[in-house]
Amino acid sequence: MSAESGRSRQWLLTLPSLAWLGVFFVIPCILVIVTVFRPADLQGGVGSGWTLETIHAVNDPSYLPIIWRTLWLSSVTTIVCVALALPMTFQMARVGPRMRQVLLLFVVIPFLSNFLIRIFAWKSLLHPEGPVTRLLHWLHLIPEDALLLNNVGTVLLVLIYTQLPFAILPLYAAAEKFDFGLLDAARDLGAGPWRSFAKVFVPGVRRGLISAALMVFVCSLGQYVIPQMVGGASDEMLGSKIAQRVFADRNLPHASALAAGLMLAVLVPMLIVAIWHRFGRKEGSA
Amino acid sequence: MDGFLVIDHVSKSFGSLRAVDKVSLTVSQGEAFSLLGPSGCGKTTLLRMIAGFERLDCGRILVGGQDITALPPEQRPVNTVFQNYALFPHLNVWENIAFGLRMSRRPREEIRSGVDRMLELVRLSEHARKRPAQLSGGQRQRVAIARALVNRPQVLLLDEPLAALDLKLRQHMLMELNAIHEQVGTTFIYVTHDQGEAMSLSDRIAVMNNGKVEQVDSPVHLYETPRSSFVASFIGDANFFTGTVVEMQHEGYVRVSVEGLGSPLVLSKGTVSANQTLRLMVRPEKISLMLKRPPSGERVNAFRGIVEDIAYFGSHTRYRIIAGEHSILAQLQRSRFSGGDIDPVRGTEVWMTFHPDEGRVVMLEGEA
Repeated sequence: MSAESGRSRQWLLTLPSLAWLGVFFVIPCILVIVTVFRPADLQGGVGSGWTLETIHAVNDPSYLPIIWRTLWLSSVTTIVCVALALPMTFQMARVGPRMRQVLLLFVVIPFLSNFLIRIFAWKSLLHPEGPVTRLLHWLHLIPEDALLLNNVGTVLLVLIYTQLPFAILPLYAAAEKFDFGLLDAARDLGAGPWRSFAKVFVPGVRRGLISAALMVFVCSLGQYVIPQMVGGASDEMLGSKIAQRVFADRNLPHASALAAGLMLAVLVPMLIVAIWHRFGRKEGSA
Repeated sequence: MDGFLVIDHVSKSFGSLRAVDKVSLTVSQGEAFSLLGPSGCGKTTLLRMIAGFERLDCGRILVGGQDITALPPEQRPVNTVFQNYALFPHLNVWENIAFGLRMSRRPREEIRSGVDRMLELVRLSEHARKRPAQLSGGQRQRVAIARALVNRPQVLLLDEPLAALDLKLRQHMLMELNAIHEQVGTTFIYVTHDQGEAMSLSDRIAVMNNGKVEQVDSPVHLYETPRSSFVASFIGDANFFTGTVVEMQHEGYVRVSVEGLGSPLVLSKGTVSANQTLRLMVRPEKISLMLKRPPSGERVNAFRGIVEDIAYFGSHTRYRIIAGEHSILAQLQRSRFSGGDIDPVRGTEVWMTFHPDEGRVVMLEGEA
């Protein structure tokens, strides 16, 4: 009986956040999906009636390279960020509490300045007259005419830069709870330092690993400022296209269709992870 | 130096603290050996040095004639049962036990038979697919032992193996550990702060204090002839008296004058000289209590005292008796109280006696 009332009290406690989610997330999502089936009107709004016209328009092979680029940029960003964050958080969780605070501060500091300003900083760093370009020229590491800006590599670099903290924070939370005595046990049983890391530490923080990967992947998928500012004309991501449909073409249904597609691309992997977690927990408590 | 596990003048400091101070020990093959001492005595540091988790400041460690001092833990022919077991939570029991064999890339068939054999040894075959979180404390303990033993280590290190278990389970695991040791015949090194555990598990015990080994001996010898008052008080309970040698008799018997207790006759293993100040030790259970004065004689040590406190433990009763400035602990089995039908109560005057063979000279004053 007390468990019952405890559960209902828990529901009451989550009610405000559920209401918030409903008003500002679920309803807008539904509106986006509804808009897909509305006709566009010439003033950039949404007309009345229903149509499948947008679906046909979106089914355009010229989107395929953009979708492909969006997917591989996000995937590579995710892999690189997680690969960098794993050893970093491993160390962060092992150092003393004071050093830990300092390192954590370093991770969070970039958030203190505006996202756009940080992208601009990259722009001026990599500018043909910028310090990085000049230094690399001087060291003869790149040819005279090499451009560090406006290519897909730069987009990837800046994506990794912006997403790295989102990989570090959830992984750090998991690494902090990890029992490092298990690494002693692994060494004792014949695993070298690398194998102990791979066979015991990595599985030990797998929940954090999944959160980190999901966070980075989802955030990367929707990026449009980065390709626009440091990428070239042919480095668009799906986010850029959505922005273009909204601001330049003023075609909301078309933008909604792309956004809904992206949403599905995000929700499906999350759903898979959620189901996987469920199974994992059941296995653990059976 | 012969012996299977040889610890040769090993030292380790943490900052200014000498955790292990020039310790030398020799353990023979198949022996069950304990490192016993209070927390901070250096026993765990010594164990971690044998396992390879701590570097030695100086000295060396040999196993089966091979110098392993410079080897990393994964290359040592030694496995550890950790105090909190350190089972891998993401692997089930079977996979936990298989971990070591997989790391050494043994063939699949050998891994399977090895793990199954271990599961049988620790009687956990039906729990093979469970995760560590689903096991009881005693079961986890057995998984930890199996996980270490499956690698056929030359030496098995057990760090406070029973500390995390409750009393009943501890008694049971004690028997189980002895049975496993008998069955596999591997050299076992226990680290424990519990003298009862050490006594019932080991062939020999090294009593450690402040980074040094005070005495290495069999449990019986440690209890019956402790060499220092630290060993005497750490292993079991003891009454200590300080006195001066007044008479030396043949075969090591000395008469020692103790203020307020007369001049009891005791046995000394070491050499003593007349007028020397020394310490006597008598175990509580070696003292008998009587209500009447015992017949006096050359070899009877008898003192009078007042019962101050009584504690009944079922199998035995403990009496705290005040005699002059001394507070003496005596322990009696219920039936051994002699010299009257009534039990002594608080305030009763009683006579304490002990045989000269039960009084020991433990440490000559000034040697501490």
